[in-house]
Amino acid sequence: MEMPAPDAGVIARRETIAARLCAVLSDPAALITDPVETRAYECDALSAYRCPPLMVVLPATTAEVSAVLKICAEEGVPVVPRGAGTSLAGGSMPTADAVVIGLARMNAVLEISAEDRLIRVQTGRTNLAVTGAVDGQGFFYAPDPSSQLACAIGGNIAMNSGGAHCLKYGVTTNNLLGARVVLMDGSVVDLGGPMGEGLGLDLLGVICGSEGQLGIVTEATLRILPKPAGARPVLIAFDSAEVAGACVAEIIRSGILPVAIEYMDRPCIAATEDFCGAGYPQCEALLIVEVEGTPPEIAEQLGLIRDIASRFNPLEFRESGSEEESRRIWLGRKSAFGAMGVISDYMCLDGTIPVSRLPEVLARIGELSDKAGLRVANVFHAGDGNMHPLILFDANQPGDLERCEALGAEILRLCVEVGGCLTGEHGVGVEKRELMAAQYAPADLEAQMAVKDVFDPGWRLNAAKVFPLAASAARRGQDAA
Amino acid sequence: MRPENEADLAAMIRAANAPLRIRGGGTRLHPGEDAPGLDMRGLTGITLYEPAALTLVARAGTPLAEIEAVLAAEGQMLGFEPDPRAGSTIGGVAGANASGSRRLSAGACRDAMLGVRFVTGTGEIVKNGGRVMKNVTGYDLVKLMAGSRGQLGAMTEIALKTAPIPPVRATLRLDGLDDAGALAAMVAALSGPYDISGAGRLPDGRVILRLEGLPGSVELRAQALSRTLQPYGQPETVEGDADFHALRDFANGGAGALWRIVLRPSQAGAMLAQLPGRYAIDWGGALIWAEAPPGWAPALRPGERAVRVRGEAASLPAPDPVTARLNAGLRASFDPRGLFGGMA
Repeated sequence: MEMPAPDAGVIARRETIAARLCAVLSDPAALITDPVETRAYECDALSAYRCPPLMVVLPATTAEVSAVLKICAEEGVPVVPRGAGTSLAGGSMPTADAVVIGLARMNAVLEISAEDRLIRVQTGRTNLAVTGAVDGQGFFYAPDPSSQLACAIGGNIAMNSGGAHCLKYGVTTNNLLGARVVLMDGSVVDLGGPMGEGLGLDLLGVICGSEGQLGIVTEATLRILPKPAGARPVLIAFDSAEVAGACVAEIIRSGILPVAIEYMDRPCIAATEDFCGAGYPQCEALLIVEVEGTPPEIAEQLGLIRDIASRFNPLEFRESGSEEESRRIWLGRKSAFGAMGVISDYMCLDGTIPVSRLPEVLARIGELSDKAGLRVANVFHAGDGNMHPLILFDANQPGDLERCEALGAEILRLCVEVGGCLTGEHGVGVEKRELMAAQYAPADLEAQMAVKDVFDPGWRLNAAKVFPLAASAARRGQDAA
Repeated sequence: MRPENEADLAAMIRAANAPLRIRGGGTRLHPGEDAPGLDMRGLTGITLYEPAALTLVARAGTPLAEIEAVLAAEGQMLGFEPDPRAGSTIGGVAGANASGSRRLSAGACRDAMLGVRFVTGTGEIVKNGGRVMKNVTGYDLVKLMAGSRGQLGAMTEIALKTAPIPPVRATLRLDGLDDAGALAAMVAALSGPYDISGAGRLPDGRVILRLEGLPGSVELRAQALSRTLQPYGQPETVEGDADFHALRDFANGGAGALWRIVLRPSQAGAMLAQLPGRYAIDWGGALIWAEAPPGWAPALRPGERAVRVRGEAASLPAPDPVTARLNAGLRASFDPRGLFGGMA
């Protein structure tokens, strides 16, 4: 992975910079300079690419974040914000001259208002701990990325994270009402407001999903929702991807609003069966559809889904009758990534396609996979077209990673070609930076980079991400390669 | 000027040497925004509609009514709830982020916007987002354009999420409550698992709560919600949602000055106490439409926002210096010659 050459001048001033940063932190242990300890921050969940940072700061307050950023701006030091380091796209991967600002110490709940149905938290708090804070009052926070036990709200905002239930509840941007943001020059601003409405342009909307390039969000006001009375999944097996795709389309059109429609293909089913024995039927395409409500409401929705599915002659229609059966229906899906990890190294893609193109895209992924000689298993959120093809490879085999990345790029280009996009919920980071030109023309990228110019004119914040390096080179003060 | 296609529009903007206010049907203008300029109503037509993917793409000048008719023919509606105004275009809806009562459950216009094409003040044609439901590829300029009131560029095409029309709609009415009781009843309703898609109060004082969905589900939720609301009275359940049309018409009709106030429901009681005239409430207490004499302005507490949408132009509070700097910076970047003007 190509990254800009580190600034030797910054590295040479390491001691000075460390001393200045230490002076504005209430706890000296919040500054990490020991190379053994900074190694813990050398990568995120895209662990194929690593580089220990110059140093790491773990501020405790917004004021500390502000003071640190101000110093970094004055010293010309690149900054890499980090939530919990669970990015699959290398969103918090450092460079050797960068200060990593980690949010780990900022995890407090600042306010809960049941009356206003919101919670305000420091953004180092984990996604699941947000729901944990309001669960007792009968509420939950809807976006649920599969890393929700570990991932931080700050990272969720940076990547506009989704999850399995966004078909009904939307993604982070639809559930974010406000943010306290520290800009690179140290200024602090509150964006959003009641119902998410700010003053003037929707700056909150553009901060969300900006991958830590516009500012560091230290506090977030999040919408919370009353917990549903209950939920129940149904499993539907088909012998063809086309038929499964048509069934998904009919369910969506019918007016039932399932909270999730998940899809797994044969290779993925086989791997999860070996891994956890969930008892799935061996078939070409398996759907898990989950609906919510009180028991009679669930029965009404599942009745309609059964009617729809029966028109497509499913191999099996398995309705959960108990908590235990629900757990077993979800077991294989939730274990899918772990199961693939047991049999092979894999790379997880995240392209989104129009749901109508599903059968065609699956067929073409199969052809590309054959041509590349690498196996691909598909598991994804079928309701919204967010695919997660898993490309299996052997990291110890020289050249395999490169072949895998080449196949991944071809699959993502295919997603764009059929009207979709490169990434539905993981973000661009460093991983898909060079593919941006497949989706966006130069003027489109220019308009996005112009936004960064306004928030971070010196291009110090997480700068070598999102945009192709050549496209951002001049702004980053480098010669275009 | 009235461009007939995107390329004409870009050429007109590049050649312009005087301000060009962007406008669609002119039905959602705020005071001070009514000026001649770029009439976007020549760019019309639905370019893609896939009911099974819940996706519609239309050129910005397409009448809202045309889009709603095409959707209705397939049993669908927009994924949000813009109030219908005669002559309104979809570009105007997007530029105003017009979001009706369903914002509570389905989100605002900006939440249903999947992608845009627009022409900047330098005549560049830019696209952002796309037509799929989940997309985090690059910055979300779609949100930036939503509600930007024509300040950053002229939207030419908008991709939108659609939704099935719910098979059944019902409204629960509660009468005879004072301000505090009305707000508390809405909070109680919205704190339970009833999937309420509208919660407001009409100028006549009635609290209205809307339920939508499958027939059995609506009936069960109406019963459960009625029980929850017992402390506030015995609700009357009626079919349909005509009351929500009346709520929307309050903001749309009338002649005198009208304020749009957005705040937390917990702040609403104090705000209602200072209002000088008739008012209506939407979004469970988070939106107040208030009639007022010309010289009146609300005293705002932190976080509250107020815009006079009819009468003299007024927008409160003034943005803090950092927000003002970012707003101005983005406007200067997208429209360096200041062609598009916009809100005061």
